[in-house]
Amino acid sequence: MSTTTEAPDTAAAAAAAATAAKPKLKTSAMIASFADSGQKTFNAPFGHALVKAAQENDKIVGLTADLGKYTDMHIFAQAFPERFFQMGMAEQLLFGAAAGLAETGLVPFASTYSVFAARRAYDFLCLDAAEPNLNVNIVGGLPGLTTGYGPSHQATEDMAIFRGMPNLTIVDPCDSIDIEQAVPQLAASDGPTYLRLLRGNVPTVLDEYGYTFELGKAKVLRGGNDVVFISSGLMTMRALQAAKALAAHNVDVAVVHTPTIKPFDAETVLKEINTDRLAVTLENHSVVGGLFETVASAVVTAGLGKRVVPVALPDQFLDAGALPTLHDRYGLAVDRIVAKVLAELG
Amino acid sequence: MPTETLQDAAPKGRALQPAVSPERVDKIGAAAYRIRHHALNMGEVQGQGYVGQALGAADMLATVYGDQLRFKAEDPHWEARDRFLLSTGHYAIGHYAALAEAGIVPVEELETYGSDDSRLPMSGMSTYTPGMEISGGSLGHGLTIAVGMALGLRYQGSPARVFNFLSDGELDEGSTWEAAMGAHHHQLGNLTAMVDINALQADGKTDTVLRTEPVTEKWESFGWYTQRVDGNDVGALLAASDNAAAQAAAVGRPSVILCDTKVGRGVPLLENREKAHFMRIEEHEWQTCREQLTAGYEGKASA
Repeated sequence: MSTTTEAPDTAAAAAAAATAAKPKLKTSAMIASFADSGQKTFNAPFGHALVKAAQENDKIVGLTADLGKYTDMHIFAQAFPERFFQMGMAEQLLFGAAAGLAETGLVPFASTYSVFAARRAYDFLCLDAAEPNLNVNIVGGLPGLTTGYGPSHQATEDMAIFRGMPNLTIVDPCDSIDIEQAVPQLAASDGPTYLRLLRGNVPTVLDEYGYTFELGKAKVLRGGNDVVFISSGLMTMRALQAAKALAAHNVDVAVVHTPTIKPFDAETVLKEINTDRLAVTLENHSVVGGLFETVASAVVTAGLGKRVVPVALPDQFLDAGALPTLHDRYGLAVDRIVAKVLAELG
Repeated sequence: MPTETLQDAAPKGRALQPAVSPERVDKIGAAAYRIRHHALNMGEVQGQGYVGQALGAADMLATVYGDQLRFKAEDPHWEARDRFLLSTGHYAIGHYAALAEAGIVPVEELETYGSDDSRLPMSGMSTYTPGMEISGGSLGHGLTIAVGMALGLRYQGSPARVFNFLSDGELDEGSTWEAAMGAHHHQLGNLTAMVDINALQADGKTDTVLRTEPVTEKWESFGWYTQRVDGNDVGALLAASDNAAAQAAAVGRPSVILCDTKVGRGVPLLENREKAHFMRIEEHEWQTCREQLTAGYEGKASA
């Protein structure tokens, strides 16, 4: 460690020196795993779930826009080559064609990255799939902050974009269990859906909580007297970890997992929020237009004068870098959640 | 997956279909006349509308509905039907007239065009109108949906063909070309695009807004079986349609018929008016328009 004796003796300089001491983490491959080391995982749960669903429903077909391997769609393509359609790097075609396939009675699952689905193909999803209420299933990789590649690939506002689309069901799964159980339900539900895909080695978390995924339902994973976490997506995993960590501080935390963002299970969530406990939402998404605002609007609509504390990404374009660094920087890491809750409780 | 190669499916060198009979031309010409008449009536009730486009495209619509499409008027959702996708939602006035001509929409319903609670909104929507396969209007969507439909029909063993009506203005949209590539890549031989080239779009002449020519070469270079005809010549439209039908196949080349049309066609008052995307027609002029249309049609018929 090279101590810079000439530097002003400030906290900032000390922090900079401490940072310099550690080797800087590298931005990993496009899709960094957010699994903790040693954590139980399942590989490509979406791809395997889609194959299983397709074995039972011969209407299911798969499409992608040159991202089959990166959205676990390749598993389906290998199992059902005649039911898989490669549309090339053409997202407007991908979703227009998905709507056309659905018009003929098929049940398409169409995958790309969330940024491209939400930002690039919105008009096609909106008018070709959602307005006629077709069973088009959008599968979006890299939702929220799950890549270090910067704003071109970080879909930090995908739910904000999609929540305004009538008829669209939005699912933000936590783990491999959620994905495995959600896929057949998405196929069975009428109308378009958007799945915030977790791919590759996806943690298996919810099996410890006697949990089953039900489309449109929030589930209380654990009870607690002091704080209630309302979470979705991978932040439910972090919420459960934070709850355990807070127990060491004698803080008793309940966790409510709400994987379906729209239509939102306000009944279950409001029942949990309408108590004296500190209410915290946790999401892998911008603080604008995602879970926090979904909960907030439900709270206000119900006339509850209840404060809700958001754990969410800031309303800004995020940095590139290593995922652990970024999750820490933007407050999604367990330590940051614990610190925020303790500060709130004073 | 498709096994036939593009070269095998290419129609080049294949003999053109036998000449179109005068009876077919007369039949479709009469249908086009009635479609134009319906469009003028709808325009008058509404006091406005995309009458110029409807008149220009009437021969194309008459050819498709009167000669090419397989459908059941009493069962618009008949599974084995050919699909006709109107990408240009604002051409709905012409499409409704064609649907009436086809017996899918009652003629007397046409006067509700653009009125509150009508099944015939100003911009075509599948959720409103029987026989309307897609909700067009956001331009550049139709051909992408058509690609999916053709894939889905082929996968399910249907021999149905898919027709997509689009405009030259839609060639501005990148998605049209994504779809053109996709249709060729997937060898969608049962897909036919019909492009209304009226050389006019919202802000003016196409070549002043965004030059799309050379249009023929563009489609050819995308691998499509490409024909370009006078889109107001029923005989030429029928012959081109026959050629496209003759080479249609589950696995093959998609085909496009590029149709040069004239906005306001059939009504000299409108043909000669300054071209506009949204043509202004005074209240007293509608009757003149109808009279000119009829005089022109009867003059041609008796000639």
